[in-house]
Amino acid sequence: MSEIPGDLKFLKSHEWARVEGDGKVTIGISDHAQGLLGDLVYVELPTIGDRVEAGNACAVVESVKAASDVYSPVTGKVVEVNAALSDKPETINEDAYGEGWVFVVQPDNLDQLNELLSPDEYAELLEEEGH
Amino acid sequence: MTQKTLLNDTHRALGAKMVDFGGWDMPLHYGSQVDEHHLVRRDAGMFDVSHMTVVDLRGARVREFLRKLVANSVDKLKVPGKALYTAMLNPQGGVVDDLIVYYMGEEFFRLVVNAATREKDLAWINEQARPFGIDVLERPEFGLVAVQGPTARERVIGLLDAKSTEAVSKIARFAATEATSKDGVPLFVARTGYTGEDGFEILVPAARTVDFWNALLAAGVKPAGLGARDTLRLEAGMNLYGQDMDETVTPYEAGLAWTVALDADRDFTGRGVLEAQKSAGVPRQLIGLVMDEKGVLRHGQKVLTANGDGEILSGTFSPTLGKAIAFARVPAGAPGDVRVDIRGREVPVRVVKFPFVREGKPQDGV
Repeated sequence: MSEIPGDLKFLKSHEWARVEGDGKVTIGISDHAQGLLGDLVYVELPTIGDRVEAGNACAVVESVKAASDVYSPVTGKVVEVNAALSDKPETINEDAYGEGWVFVVQPDNLDQLNELLSPDEYAELLEEEGH
Repeated sequence: MTQKTLLNDTHRALGAKMVDFGGWDMPLHYGSQVDEHHLVRRDAGMFDVSHMTVVDLRGARVREFLRKLVANSVDKLKVPGKALYTAMLNPQGGVVDDLIVYYMGEEFFRLVVNAATREKDLAWINEQARPFGIDVLERPEFGLVAVQGPTARERVIGLLDAKSTEAVSKIARFAATEATSKDGVPLFVARTGYTGEDGFEILVPAARTVDFWNALLAAGVKPAGLGARDTLRLEAGMNLYGQDMDETVTPYEAGLAWTVALDADRDFTGRGVLEAQKSAGVPRQLIGLVMDEKGVLRHGQKVLTANGDGEILSGTFSPTLGKAIAFARVPAGAPGDVRVDIRGREVPVRVVKFPFVREGKPQDGV
């Protein structure tokens, strides 16, 4: 299990969110999630300008084994997507918390992030799921 | 209860991610399914397939019994060691299971059937065999290891004693022979597989299975899991029971016409239905699909054709082609422009002949 960066917040469905200096939120899937999925072969990205609702599916990651929805932790507008993933979806396997980010949202209300799990709470969740 | 093969601890020690497969705790991969896939296409890999069921049939009327039990003709088996891929059918012509029949001697044939269908198969075979006075004996005391890939044969042959080296080097495709390893382990070596690569499937006595696996490991053969086995077999155009065919599907509807022999004077179970279907026209067909757009074809997706809808049976991302491939069952006739419904989007796909990949190479038109 790789180290979970301290500045991330998590959904129970294994997405991570990071508030950037400009108030935008970067979203990806956790290292644990990429490990469960195995070799990723396809990422369906949202479109820049899309409105997304917190808790709604807005991207899809597919491994050889399975397809999995990516839920947005916040409501807002998609302002950036990681287009490099189209050609190199395996970047998520290699660096889930860094180069493997999926999209960036300009949130309507940052307070929504307070409901997410801290890195410690997420680590605990994984611990529980492991039993 | 979950069953374990003799190699269960070995898989765990090698870092395998384990999954349930038909009631067996089996390795899905040992790190990367895609890497294991490429290894088998380019070099060699080995699979624990000890969960598969080995059944020995003995009796004076065993050939006569098999002429009835399976849809392919065991009369093709004339030389001891020769193998035949076939299906056993129910009276409705549906596939009870697919299997390999090995001709050991005139009163001794060996079957290898699927793990997930073990109990059903044994019950069916026993019931059908009774009138023929056949001795049906399951052989759980063997491990079964498949070594597959362009260098697989030489690596296995390197582990055999001098006498076996010659015998095993000479076995033809889809044939088998008894052999002995350098360590004195008696083996049954078959030049068969489920990957589209050359190689062997090897029966090993239970007590020596872990040693034999470790000897292969020491000879440079890396392990591969069920994940790679599935992508390799689909690229090779091979059916998976329960996904591509079952008891509600005839061989003609499952791309298995080549395994049906309508030879004279042989009344195999299900033959009447197959003949009627052939003369009336087979209502459904199995086709191969390739998707050039990004994405992955999956089991259960709806397939739209000129003659009506069908569905994806086996679908996956092909590591060799770098795109999605699938088997689909669709209505009979020229399918026209085919599309697959992926999360509400109709994505165009191409109908191609399969195998998609043979001996490491994408096939023409794929």
